[in-house]
Amino acid sequence: MLNRAPLFLMYLNVLVIAICGLIYELLAGTLASYVLGDSVTQFSLVIGTYLSAMGVGAWLSRYVRTQVARTFIEIELALAFLGGISAPLLFIVFPWVEWFRPLLLGMVFSIGVFVGLELPLLMRILKEHLDFSDLVSQVLAFDYVGALVASILFPLIFVPYLGLVRTSLVFGALNACVALWSTFLLLPLLTPRHVSSLRWRSAIVLGLLVIGLLKADQLTLLAEESSLGGHVIHSVHSPYQRIAITNKRGGFQLFLNGHLQFNSADEYRYHEALVHPAMLGPRIPQRILVMGGGDGLAVREILKYPNVREVLLVDLDPAMTQLSKSFPPLLKLNHSALLDSRVTIRNQDAFLWINEDTEPFDAVIIDFPDPSNFSVGKLYTSHFFRKLKTKLHNDSLVSIQCTSPLVAPKSFWCVVRTLESVGYQVRPFQATVPSFGIWGYALASLTLPPVEKFRLPLATDQLRFLNDRNLQHLFVFPEDIPRLESAVNRLDNQVLVRYYDEEWHGYD
Amino acid sequence: MDTINRRDWIGSLLGLSAATLAGCSRSEMHSIDGELFSPDFSMGHRLRDRSQPIPVIREWNDVPVVIVGGGIAGLTAGWHLQRRGFSEFTILELEGHVGGTSSSGSRDRFQFPWGAHYITAPLPENQPMIEFLREMGVVEGIDTQGVPIIAEEYLCREPEERVFADGIWQEGLFPVEGASQTELAQVADFHEKMREWSLKRGADGKRLFTLPIAHASEDPVTRSLDQISMLEWMNQQGWDSPRLRWYVDYACRDDYGLTIDRTSAWAGILYYAARLRSDSTQSQDVITWPAGNGTIVAHLKSKLESHIQNQAIVSRIRPLGDSGQNAVSELLVFDKRRDEWVGYRAQRVIFAAPQLIARHVIDGFREGAISTDLPFRYSWWLVANIHLRDRPRDFGFPVCWDNIFYQSKSLGYVVSTHQSGQDHGPTVWTWYYPFADNTPRFSREDLLKASWSDWAEMVLTDLEIAHPEIRSLVTRVDVMRWGHAMVEPYTGFVWSEPRQSAAKPDRNVHFANSDLSGIALMEEAFFHGVRAAEEVLVILGENV
Repeated sequence: MLNRAPLFLMYLNVLVIAICGLIYELLAGTLASYVLGDSVTQFSLVIGTYLSAMGVGAWLSRYVRTQVARTFIEIELALAFLGGISAPLLFIVFPWVEWFRPLLLGMVFSIGVFVGLELPLLMRILKEHLDFSDLVSQVLAFDYVGALVASILFPLIFVPYLGLVRTSLVFGALNACVALWSTFLLLPLLTPRHVSSLRWRSAIVLGLLVIGLLKADQLTLLAEESSLGGHVIHSVHSPYQRIAITNKRGGFQLFLNGHLQFNSADEYRYHEALVHPAMLGPRIPQRILVMGGGDGLAVREILKYPNVREVLLVDLDPAMTQLSKSFPPLLKLNHSALLDSRVTIRNQDAFLWINEDTEPFDAVIIDFPDPSNFSVGKLYTSHFFRKLKTKLHNDSLVSIQCTSPLVAPKSFWCVVRTLESVGYQVRPFQATVPSFGIWGYALASLTLPPVEKFRLPLATDQLRFLNDRNLQHLFVFPEDIPRLESAVNRLDNQVLVRYYDEEWHGYD
Repeated sequence: MDTINRRDWIGSLLGLSAATLAGCSRSEMHSIDGELFSPDFSMGHRLRDRSQPIPVIREWNDVPVVIVGGGIAGLTAGWHLQRRGFSEFTILELEGHVGGTSSSGSRDRFQFPWGAHYITAPLPENQPMIEFLREMGVVEGIDTQGVPIIAEEYLCREPEERVFADGIWQEGLFPVEGASQTELAQVADFHEKMREWSLKRGADGKRLFTLPIAHASEDPVTRSLDQISMLEWMNQQGWDSPRLRWYVDYACRDDYGLTIDRTSAWAGILYYAARLRSDSTQSQDVITWPAGNGTIVAHLKSKLESHIQNQAIVSRIRPLGDSGQNAVSELLVFDKRRDEWVGYRAQRVIFAAPQLIARHVIDGFREGAISTDLPFRYSWWLVANIHLRDRPRDFGFPVCWDNIFYQSKSLGYVVSTHQSGQDHGPTVWTWYYPFADNTPRFSREDLLKASWSDWAEMVLTDLEIAHPEIRSLVTRVDVMRWGHAMVEPYTGFVWSEPRQSAAKPDRNVHFANSDLSGIALMEEAFFHGVRAAEEVLVILGENV
């Protein structure tokens, strides 16, 4: 009986619903900032919509004339469901829908209306038992305390430790608990028929949200798949990047931070072109350095040469190299290259590793990601290439992937120019990789032999793309890829990142 | 300090409204470690106390040249003497280490500055500096125009600067996003004006603004800019954009520890015009190291190791006899390591400590000739090193070397690992705050009373403007409180008579410190160190 039920239980209700309401608002604002950027605008819009919707809710409460307690619980349930699924739903649909912002604000509005309805109804339930001034002061006090608690815990605990999707589901579930519990607390005010129906529905909503919580990882995955355009068969969030492998049309694809790294259907074209030219110089390739290339596919090509005695792979991310050593489809594709006894792996930023003392290498393969940010851009600078010289013999060959010369010609020629500026002789070359388009590379050395003399010493069944004739053609550029003027990419200008951003941004 | 007072206090020091600080009281720093450091105040203040009886000295050391102070100026003086083949000198340093405001620290494989943290590439005219940087391996050669070529690894790595304004990081120091057309036009005008100043030459053919300032033209019209504040000068130009004002105010606080309304317009313009290359709109390159100017100190120290005495408190300098070749000064020095007094007799003294101390230490300092109407004044600074277990998430332009907050009174933070290219995982940020206001709501006594947790709370509150989750990433906040850290180039001071004549020797005591320029930059300290050493060499008849 409500009369006898301690009032503090009702206040606890106020506290919890206040926390949940504010959390939904913060979630929507944060999520919008993440996916749309410009946090000030997103938060302003979300807060504005939410507050005005609360006003609408409060106003609508006057039309609830009978069965106030039941309506209150119904609203709690609706709020639990809507708030609980808000973050996962918005994340999943983001890449699919054109009308993301209306959807977001629509959800915020609905949540706001329900939250706006809550308090007036609750106050009407309580008004029988309390003096008006006590009622207002106590209910509002708990409401504001709840808001404070939510605003403190949200950035400190929930976002860092739970993430947005789980936070959303947890508070939805909490809200559903309030609904369920209210069916006991407000029992005298409910008709028996409604009680069981309300309890049933509370249990269902609660169950759904708990299942969602248990499957939160898959939900995140689902969100990712919809943006990568394939079925995600594996994904890892390392401290450095988000690694995802998708499966599409018989092949599989590796994405780092949403950027395609290879497609198993045509990666052989990319990797044969990247590796073999550097192996065909006058030096017998015995000691090879690979930087980047944690997928092990460049190493696979290198190990085709019987003279190779040791390969050092320097790749930033242990999660990536570990994946290449253990994930069956990748192991099959790279012929377990990283498990070969000749291969040593160093998980370190190549920019820091390059300062270490090592014996020089006979050939170097550089397979860094495209220079889309400053921390990768530093690996294409004159400083880095100058340091690289300490790792080379006079006639060692270096092969570098340098993005698409067709889409990003300035970026491509910038890498070539940068290599030349610190004393390398350079021959740019290109190959067609259907998943990427026309792709560019540079072959560099302190004394570069004529590439026309290059002959592949491998048996024909060891290569799928290259032969002695088309090997020469890689170095011949068509008319639509003329050499462009560009600046030298230095640590203190990082022009390459700016070129790359301009060119690919325009392309996308 | 209780929570309410602390919030009020922090809000006021950072210039943030209470509304922005809503979350300020939210948590104690339960898992964050740290310490409050300060240069040895007690030792410094002991110097001033002339009422103490003169101690009995049992041990006298005869050293031809004694250098008092092991900051950049003192070390440079020693470096220059040594370079000229003169090795009979000793450097006496109050602290347990040399470096002064260019000191640095290290912890858990990280190096970070505790004070000055960059220099600008020297212009071709600044030969001693070029030679010095060449010795350090920073200058690799000289191009055909005589311009020094700086090794790429020491030039500040891009991206260099960003500003957090309106909820998002933007590239550069001026928040372009959100500025009106009028504001943008004013900024363009401002930079154009600075370019003109950098190109103009005085009647004597010299640059109007350059470093060291002793090489600047004596053009009286330009120097009269010292008589008005930077704010007055900007008002005269009709520049009223709040963003432009903030931007210039930031520059004044950054280089001088003074707000725009107190900074001499000459000094304010110097910040920009002295750093523009003659041939372009490009600024002179910034040279920096993970340890900041501590790397310069380390180089000088390695060259001068055998000449340096640490923890040697020079309490009194008594110049005896005339100022000629046969003059001698007696120095009474408390050797803190041995806990006893020792004496030095020197033919020449290079006083490489602030002017503030000179009159307390040197007997009969300038014999009543010290004017007190335009005194040497110094700003207080707070520097914090913040250790992070990982990097926070960012909105907008990615993390830079220098990261500042629009409208905060702090100067933001510098990422110590930026220059070494460590872009992932743990890092250390160095955060700077000058007490730049003329009428502070809090006295120096208040500041001395504040505890480590008060300061650490202020640092974190400031960082939370742009990084709401920062507390979950911070493992340690160490705070350094600098008293009298940097001389203030306040209105009228830079080209005042007292400032200009302060560098002249007093009997056999020569002076070397950045404060003699009225501008606390490494370039000025270096200039005075070389200059004072040269004066001494000439008088001692050493072959120069």
